[in-house]
Amino acid sequence: MASVMFSRRDLLKAGGAVVVSFAFGGSLPRHLDAQTPATGKPLDPSEVDAFLAFHADGTVTVYTGKVDVGTGFRIAVAQMAAEELGIPAQRITVVDGDTGVCPDQGGTGGSTGLTRGGADVRQAAATARQALLGLGAARLNRPANDLTIAGGEVRPTAGGTGVSIAELVGERRFSLKVDAKAPLRDPRQYSVVGQPLPRPDVPAKCSGRHTYVHDFTLPGMLHARVIRTAAIGATLQSVDESSIRGIPDVRLVRIENFLALVGKDEWSVVKAAGALKTTWSEGRPLPGSDGLDRWTRTAAIDRDQTVVNRGDATAAIGSAATTVSATYFWPFQSHASLGPCCAVADVKGDAATVWSSSQGTHGLRANLSKVFGLSVDKVRVVFLDGAGSYGTNGGDHVAADAVLLSKTVGQPVRVQWSRQDETGWDPKGPQQLLDIRAGVDAGGRIVGWDTQMWLPNQTGGARALLAAEASGISQEHGTGAGAITQNGDPPYQADNVRVMVHWTKEVPLQLSNLRAPGKIANVFAVESFTDELAAAAGVDAVSFRLDRLTDPRAIEAIRRTAQAFNWQPRKSPNPRTGEGGVFEGRGIAYMRYKQAENYVAIAMDVAVRPATGRIEVRRVVCAHDCGLIVNPDALKNQVEGCIVQTLSRALHEEVTFDRTRVTSVDWASYPILRFPEAPQVDVILIDRPDQPLLGAGEAATAPVAAALANAVFDATGVRLRTVPFTQERVKAALAVDRKSTAVL
Amino acid sequence: MAKYAFRLNGRAVSAESWDPAQPLLYVLRGPFSLHGTKFGCGLGQCGACTVLMDGKAVRSCTTPISRAAGHAITTIEGLTTNDTPHKVQAAFVAEQAAQCGYCTSGMIMTAAAFLSATPSPTIEQAKAGLAGNLCRCGTHTRILRAVVRASKA
Repeated sequence: MASVMFSRRDLLKAGGAVVVSFAFGGSLPRHLDAQTPATGKPLDPSEVDAFLAFHADGTVTVYTGKVDVGTGFRIAVAQMAAEELGIPAQRITVVDGDTGVCPDQGGTGGSTGLTRGGADVRQAAATARQALLGLGAARLNRPANDLTIAGGEVRPTAGGTGVSIAELVGERRFSLKVDAKAPLRDPRQYSVVGQPLPRPDVPAKCSGRHTYVHDFTLPGMLHARVIRTAAIGATLQSVDESSIRGIPDVRLVRIENFLALVGKDEWSVVKAAGALKTTWSEGRPLPGSDGLDRWTRTAAIDRDQTVVNRGDATAAIGSAATTVSATYFWPFQSHASLGPCCAVADVKGDAATVWSSSQGTHGLRANLSKVFGLSVDKVRVVFLDGAGSYGTNGGDHVAADAVLLSKTVGQPVRVQWSRQDETGWDPKGPQQLLDIRAGVDAGGRIVGWDTQMWLPNQTGGARALLAAEASGISQEHGTGAGAITQNGDPPYQADNVRVMVHWTKEVPLQLSNLRAPGKIANVFAVESFTDELAAAAGVDAVSFRLDRLTDPRAIEAIRRTAQAFNWQPRKSPNPRTGEGGVFEGRGIAYMRYKQAENYVAIAMDVAVRPATGRIEVRRVVCAHDCGLIVNPDALKNQVEGCIVQTLSRALHEEVTFDRTRVTSVDWASYPILRFPEAPQVDVILIDRPDQPLLGAGEAATAPVAAALANAVFDATGVRLRTVPFTQERVKAALAVDRKSTAVL
Repeated sequence: MAKYAFRLNGRAVSAESWDPAQPLLYVLRGPFSLHGTKFGCGLGQCGACTVLMDGKAVRSCTTPISRAAGHAITTIEGLTTNDTPHKVQAAFVAEQAAQCGYCTSGMIMTAAAFLSATPSPTIEQAKAGLAGNLCRCGTHTRILRAVVRASKA
């Protein structure tokens, strides 16, 4: 065993005059179809050629900076391009997230994949269409107005001989600016958009031949495992190298507190990582997850921010006939990706190529170049599929691990985290504490609504990379978790509304955007509270909502859900015992995503077993309106996934941590939903071809937890206001309720 | 280094390892470059690494190479014969029963073994049969549909 020790100074001095060569093709199986050479390919999103490359065989490559993380984004973008270009979607290959060939369209987050990524491609394709019609007009000697494009051919609209796009363009570039005014195809004429085309990645995912970043290899590549600190912020005091003496061909790399094992054989590295004995100092003290709701309420406040303020909510509530108030808490949660994150880096001198499943490869490239002192032009991040990430999981961290190690050992390095590292060290979705108060007048009108949120502070800048932190490289320490204050106000008629955020100074764990950031907890609170208002008024939960909405799309989403669910109007709770002594009930929740995007209503049937506290979700019905639908089957897959994943988060998931470290680090300590709990899910898609399309990878998550809590309330009369609804918590709540109110 | 002989996707093979405890997973992904079998946890908790050993579903992350020796191992790559997908693979494609797909190989292997033992399962039986496999994307409803579809193929 050889041991290599580097100081930070050595590391920063390293680097030379080696110019990286971006081999295009051979090493990138997914990119074989891409004909345009990497060097010199336009990346400027104002250029048509940044997005599209036409090939002599009649195929087209679409380049996009947004990535497909298992969402069906690739087929949807191909359909949008195909529709404008008049070629079959099957002839389009999508290359996503390779910073060497794809334009920067921002990270893949906030449901912007299609609204920005797809829309940019569509506009480039619409521009290309006009150019193709022009070329066809010259070739066919007919006015462009008489021509159309279909089946990959420019041909007379009235019929007759056409000319293929391949013949017109060959391999040439357009060298055209994207025309923001290039006319788009009329949605009423769509023949490709709106079709449930199968996703191109699914067959290879089912045959085991799809190349994930985990499967990517390079000649001379080494495997590595990083030994993360025992406690957050701890420093490495000693390493007992004799503890791994029997393991062949493993090198120890230490840079200050960054410790890793590197070798040719992955198992040797994994085994050594498990066997290595280290001692660490104590870390930065953490508040602990026990009683985190109380800690959050009393934590020092950095600043208060009013994010919604209509009228005077405080005064209105103060003078209302009835006031209702409640507190809700959502814990830290992990992305808990099924495959621990992985990256391969090849650093040669002053240049680096990184293969990563990051949802923001351009952003990662910028951050890696800054942190490791590399010119941004000399860093290329190539996207390869990873295990579903649902936001920024450990993927950016592991890329930094790989870059640091490749730079240090001078060879390509593949790093895959352990399960414990992934669940323990992925940056987390933050804890959220909400107090809601409302005032209702004698007629049941909501005259005032006040939401107070306690959230960990959000500061700008890139998230600190663990590898840089441990190795003593200075970097930014942003604490962004996404737009976590949205949907804190009710979507219903309310005369005076305020949403106020108390940003706590201390941020217990590193934060990140986790699917539908903040909005799942906010809607859980707002829609649970709405249900509490309906129950207090003795009004049916569907009627209560419909009576306070005017937007026809909102009303239709709720109506369609209620209809498919066979919702019978009545007040709640309605405890009734079903077979085997279980309590059965139903609940509904509605929201409009970000108060500006998708309309989603979800109803569900549950059974609660009082003896065990187990909640069984039997059936979920969801009506979903995201405007124009591009691919209904891929969309349904996303909506189903949003629902089942959020049931998992609501029923089971809580990151636990003690005074020094995260203690929920595997599938036993951080359990997620398993098959026996999978409900029947019925999704109703409301297609609106006359409306703009909206992203759909997140929205249906938001009403899930409230619908669940509302159904449990309906079944038992017990209101669950703290997530997760574990068996212990439910059992305890039922027991307390029996004693105090004898509702059951 | 000790040598371990076994059958892999119908062929007689052998692998060398310095460690009799080396999990089969690393042998498959390393020397045999069979990347369809995925590392999920290394703890036997998630099922992403499931392969068949003599037709039974096992976790390759907790199956030492020394225990695999002498047995017939089938991976997701070996389920496909002459470019014809296995009925479970075909059903997963037909139902589009994947999102990220990282769990898919293990899910298909578990389902294939399950259907050998239970050819005409009810939904409840299928749920119980897949209880040891995790899917983080929430593709459960489609995966269950695919298993039922395969049982009727």
